[in-house]
Amino acid sequence: MATDKLAAVPVTYTDDTVRGFALAAVLWGLVGMLVGVVIAAQLAFPDLTYGIPWLSYGRLRPLHTNAVIFAFGGCALFATSYHVVQRTCQVPLFLPALAKFTFWGWQAVIVLAALTLPLGYTSGKEYAELEWPIDVLIAVVWVSYAVVFFGTLGTRRVRHIYVANWFFGSFIIAVAVLHIVNSAAMPVSFWKSYSAYAGVQDAMVQWWYGHNAVGFFLTAGFLGMMYYYIPKQAERPVYSYRLSIVHFWALIFTYMWAGPHHLHYTALPDWAQSIGMLFSLVLLAPSWGGMINGMMTLSGAWHKLRDDPILKFLIVALSFYGMSTFEGPMMSIKTVNALSHYTDWTVGHVHSGALGWVGFITMGSLYYLIPRMFGRTTMHSVPAINLHFWIATLGIVLYIAAMWIAGVMQGLMWRALNPDGTLVYTFVEGVKATWPFYVIRLAGGLLYLGGMVLMAWNVVMTVRSGQVQAAPIPRLVHA
Amino acid sequence: MDILYLLIPMSALLVLGILLVFAWALHSGQFDDLSRQGQRILDADEAFDRAQGPQAGAGQESGPMNTSLATRTGGPDGH
Repeated sequence: MATDKLAAVPVTYTDDTVRGFALAAVLWGLVGMLVGVVIAAQLAFPDLTYGIPWLSYGRLRPLHTNAVIFAFGGCALFATSYHVVQRTCQVPLFLPALAKFTFWGWQAVIVLAALTLPLGYTSGKEYAELEWPIDVLIAVVWVSYAVVFFGTLGTRRVRHIYVANWFFGSFIIAVAVLHIVNSAAMPVSFWKSYSAYAGVQDAMVQWWYGHNAVGFFLTAGFLGMMYYYIPKQAERPVYSYRLSIVHFWALIFTYMWAGPHHLHYTALPDWAQSIGMLFSLVLLAPSWGGMINGMMTLSGAWHKLRDDPILKFLIVALSFYGMSTFEGPMMSIKTVNALSHYTDWTVGHVHSGALGWVGFITMGSLYYLIPRMFGRTTMHSVPAINLHFWIATLGIVLYIAAMWIAGVMQGLMWRALNPDGTLVYTFVEGVKATWPFYVIRLAGGLLYLGGMVLMAWNVVMTVRSGQVQAAPIPRLVHA
Repeated sequence: MDILYLLIPMSALLVLGILLVFAWALHSGQFDDLSRQGQRILDADEAFDRAQGPQAGAGQESGPMNTSLATRTGGPDGH
């Protein structure tokens, strides 16, 4: 009798989609970072691509951002959320065929982006450049993703919902809402549409989307990874589970209104700018609470940080999370923003979050996940992980230090006035003074890309020597 | 700033939604006994390793299920 009852229950996890997304993340990471290096080189050497329109900076830059955020980051989020939700709920994925559709649908979105952006098809909205037919496909894939994820959560056999799932769930819902509202547009032809909003209204919607995309796509989603893979890799429970719950609710209640800080000193009403600044400052508290909670997971076992390169990735990711969530609120203060706005400081800030936080937490999580998806417990080469960590860290330090110096310098040069009220420097003098820092940034980017090449090699070797095995669902522990 | 007539009600609705989910989580006991929950994800894997043990190296997808079931029914109660 008991066996009959058990036989009706699926006994293995559906990991094929997890595998696909994990490998795709590595591939797209390589592509996206390569394009990043190309555009960094173009800023230092503008004639690099001989004026070929398809390779111009203006077309490659959105290709870079879309590839690293939505292709690399997105595939990693799909892979880890599908992995974590199954393991913590102890059930296979809900509607595995739909999960497979999300995989192929998302790859189609990525390929279409890689084709249309260099051809010059763009809606002109930052981080939402793709034209309306692709936007529709994104919406369909995303709703399917929500069905698979929440369906899995709904069929869970562990009563308690592990905190990582709350982060993943909020990320999925928020991105759906943000994407659909911001991408509302009137098509005039198959590859051209106009935004449903105009002027400052469009700017407000755009940065309501833009900042929350950072908040929910690049923060909440990756915090989901953090709360699962750090405890797993450290083999210790998160420092304070209670604090992780507070972290989640505090973060999602305060994030939504920080967007206007992208529009300081623009046509946006002053009070809206001030609200944006206020909410940005409030965000410091939950962000640092979460960072400290993640780091203190190693409390009493700090030696693991010395011995384990994967933990180095995961914990250093958190320190970059702490750095950028301190720097961000600081830059949202209007007087600071008067100096930093439109300078390369902003670019440095974004990359401290992108390379340091998002990149490292993803690489650490994939280094944990990929061998286990191929019947192994470790990567092909652990020393290569260590090497990857150090060259990538060096790359980030070069990148953000160069951009800090360049940014502050630009801000100071642009605002410098002669006693008679005329500008001390012309714009081009600022560009000229920035040149050496663009070269240093390029070197940093090359190192970071080099680390990714090493990772790709390590992943290929791991997969080749590994074996795909269906992972059984363990005996259920009732809540 | 007509856009605020869209963005503010939408944010208010979202916050309301978040509050409702929070209330559900609170009243359905999601936050009772939090001290054990952090540990559980580590325990589950131990069970996974135990279940995997006897069939390590087996490549088939359907065969090992019964083995793992047997292991699982025979294993110590993880309550």
